[in-house]
Amino acid sequence: MSPAESHVPTAEEQEQHLRTLENSWRHPGGITGWLSFTTHQAIGMRYIVTAFVFLVVGGILALMMRFQLAQPNNTFLGPDRYNQFFTTHGTTMMFLFAVPMMEGMGIYLVPLMVGTRNVAFPRLNAFGYWMYLAGAIFLYVGVFQNAAPDVGWFAYTPLSGPEFSPGKRPDFWAQMITFTEVSAMCVAAELIATIFKMRAPGMSLNRIPLFCWSMLVQSFMVIFAMPSVMIASSFVLSDRTVATNFVNPAEGGDPLLFQHVFWFFGHPEVYIIFIPALGMVSSIVVANSRRHIFGYTAMVLSLIATGFIGFGLWVHHMFATGLPQIAAGYFTAASMMIAITSGVQIFCWIATLWSGRLRLNTALHFVFGFIAIFVLGGLSGVLLGSVPLDLQVHDTFFVVAHFHYVLIGGALFPLFGGFYHWYPKMTGRLMNEAVGKLNFWVLFIGFNLTFFPMHILGLKGMPRRIYTYSPEMGWGPANLLATVGACIIALGGIIFIANVVWSRRAGKVAGNNPWDAPSLEWAAASPPKNYNFEYLPVVTSRYALWTPPDERVIVTGLRSNRREVLATTLMDAQPDHRYVLPPPSIWPLLTAIAVTIGFAGSVFNEWYITWGSILSGIALIGWFWPRRPLELKP
Amino acid sequence: MSGKHQSLNIAALCFAALTLTSCAGRQQSVVNPAGPQSGQIATLWWFFLALLSAIFIIVMVLTALTLTRRHRGIEQEPLEATHLPPPQTEAGLTRVVTAATILSIVILFVLLVTSIITGKNLSELQDRKNPMVIEVTGQQWWWQIRYQNSDPQQVLVTANEIHIPVGRPVMIRGTSHDVIHSFWVPNLHGKRDLIPSRVTTEWIQADRPGVYRGQCAEFCGLQHAHMSLWVVAEPPDKFKTWFDGQLKPSAAPGTAVLQRGQQVFMNHACIFCHAIRGTSASGQNAPDLTHFASRRGIAANTLPNTMGNLGGWITNPQNIKPGNHMATIAMNPPDLQPLLQYLESLK
Repeated sequence: MSPAESHVPTAEEQEQHLRTLENSWRHPGGITGWLSFTTHQAIGMRYIVTAFVFLVVGGILALMMRFQLAQPNNTFLGPDRYNQFFTTHGTTMMFLFAVPMMEGMGIYLVPLMVGTRNVAFPRLNAFGYWMYLAGAIFLYVGVFQNAAPDVGWFAYTPLSGPEFSPGKRPDFWAQMITFTEVSAMCVAAELIATIFKMRAPGMSLNRIPLFCWSMLVQSFMVIFAMPSVMIASSFVLSDRTVATNFVNPAEGGDPLLFQHVFWFFGHPEVYIIFIPALGMVSSIVVANSRRHIFGYTAMVLSLIATGFIGFGLWVHHMFATGLPQIAAGYFTAASMMIAITSGVQIFCWIATLWSGRLRLNTALHFVFGFIAIFVLGGLSGVLLGSVPLDLQVHDTFFVVAHFHYVLIGGALFPLFGGFYHWYPKMTGRLMNEAVGKLNFWVLFIGFNLTFFPMHILGLKGMPRRIYTYSPEMGWGPANLLATVGACIIALGGIIFIANVVWSRRAGKVAGNNPWDAPSLEWAAASPPKNYNFEYLPVVTSRYALWTPPDERVIVTGLRSNRREVLATTLMDAQPDHRYVLPPPSIWPLLTAIAVTIGFAGSVFNEWYITWGSILSGIALIGWFWPRRPLELKP
Repeated sequence: MSGKHQSLNIAALCFAALTLTSCAGRQQSVVNPAGPQSGQIATLWWFFLALLSAIFIIVMVLTALTLTRRHRGIEQEPLEATHLPPPQTEAGLTRVVTAATILSIVILFVLLVTSIITGKNLSELQDRKNPMVIEVTGQQWWWQIRYQNSDPQQVLVTANEIHIPVGRPVMIRGTSHDVIHSFWVPNLHGKRDLIPSRVTTEWIQADRPGVYRGQCAEFCGLQHAHMSLWVVAEPPDKFKTWFDGQLKPSAAPGTAVLQRGQQVFMNHACIFCHAIRGTSASGQNAPDLTHFASRRGIAANTLPNTMGNLGGWITNPQNIKPGNHMATIAMNPPDLQPLLQYLESLK
């Protein structure tokens, strides 16, 4: 078991081992089988594909909004549809694209990177995905029933309350939150357990790849932030359905309470999206500058510090509500402090690139794009942390520009870089590099053309969330420019999709490690087998695949006739015990359906909480029904 | 790739240039201050912008330099064996990164201190002894304006247009009748949210006469886009004249047509929501029309106040401002013209 006692298996043993391993990790067949998958690659890929679909949907909504704003007094959408579109755009991008996409990447990559066979709770993982899918469908059923939320993705009360928003529109928003937060909590729990307890022997805390550190910090943030938004959305929902009046000022409730609870989630949410992207940047930079990351410890500490400070900024969304100066000053200081942790990471990447030997592939292009855009967005964020300046530019297009610089520059560019970087791992083929570079430039130019003019619009006094403006305001030219830019971004998206589709069939065959990258996912086959590794690896350095091949060690002695993995200790990743993962199961899906009946129905009739609970109880009994032989028959 | 670096510099220059041109912005501008509050904030803005732009350019130049031939490894020893540059390179980089980090901390601290000092200065721009208090109540989608005074005879209620004397600090006491709105006149000061069940305050002051546009800055529903107001800053004597004029009840209709117009108003649903002092119309749910004709706009300044616009507005308010709360009142064509003339006579 321990590295010292391991022996090299004979060829015959290896063959036998491989056969049983294939057998015990085989996907079940048929439709029911397909719905029962629990391997992390399958679930991760489902998250990635679904989230990408919602990126496209959210993007189309944004494009429609840009058409509406392209010229003064435009009537392309009208106020009702515009309000539904901007709310659904924000909600989709935050809850149905960005967070699930990052989680999907984490689910796919983390078990590979830490050198294990699956996430710690595979069925919970499947359940999380089905909950996310159900929430997404639920919201879009509303959209197509003319019940898309229209009160902003932040749904401030009392505007979202029963008096000012009759009908069901905000209910769809609030309940969709519940779905996606359940999903996010599942993923967070699983990733923390996987990273803490399932690392390859020898991968002590100071040898974890930075991407895994970033997913770890993100998961902890999810666990502390998401309950807060569930409380906020439940305030709205219960005020609307059973008149609890938590946040209804007409009955003594407090609208500012809602804002505090919402932004206590809402600000960390930005970091929940953006921290995994930092991990992707580190992976790409290390692989393509062909040197160890500069300042590993500083990077890890910065990530952790960001995770903490991220919870101390929420009030800078509320400066205009007239809080006392002392309190506001405190949050200004925190807002500036977080610039330091981001700055340290930027400096470390630049130092790594400076002293590395760069392979300027598409992924690295996206990293450079990320640095340019994100630094600008970060600096305009410093500006927003200042109370007097925020009072002027808050809720204007300046803020729209700022957070698109931070979120698109800080998360989407690294994500696209990550797609180009890991696509060969996920599909076995490389994406076309020439098209990739074109893809980068089109997106980079389109992005800056769209969002840079918005800074100026904000300074010229254009508030957010207005569906039109009169020509005398002088906002027409910059808005037209932004719309042209948005079309160029859409073109970039089409180029990306074309490249993905084309490369899937005709891309160059990648092999296991096309970038000569050091982390463990590149030791697996491309695409990885269901069990990831024939033998679990043992790690002797921070850059596992850059150690000479004759120094690499594997784990033997795990049973291959059931889904067995190795649990290791938290700090030093010493082998601790063997751990058997459950076989595939349809129960996570059935449980998700039962919960969905309860959640979706309760928007219309509170009795559905009861019916949903009973059904969920039945489903959970099925899920946890004890069964003896976990191993398959030989 | 130096092209990218160049294009970024150009972008930064454009940023500066475009912000400068925005000084010439006619109606709402953050960087064209007309009072001490907005002036202080604009100064802070230029300070932040200069410092942060310098940082941005330095970081971009360094990033671009990593792309030169040497760093791309074309003239560099391979790293294959160790995947680490020589120790002296690492030591040098450590020094630079540490210095950059310390420098960032210092710069951010400077920014923090200047920001807090500006905040403190702003809070001192008040006149507590003899305050002029204007109560602004946000409503979907217009502004009720109420000049407070301990003498009830001197309390003035109007809508969508605030007149203030030049050079005097004015306290805006904000609240809301329905959902959250935000009071924002960028040329004078930053935003203050108007929150139902709460009162928020903000002090504004205009140092030069002028007409400054403001607009609701917190999303408040369907017609958030059409909720603007004018702040008219006038010399004190001119303000006094305006104020005294506004305190008077409406002018009695002098001609037969105007009398007919007044009757039309009184006989239709208008009176349920609108008030005209000096008549029996005393509705409180919509803008006070006592001196309607003296105001610059209609429908919370969605349109300039002309007879033609007013006719279009009364005939079909949903066409101009879809979703707004003004009722569409069926009116015989012969009634409309006198009504318009009457309303436009309410100077």
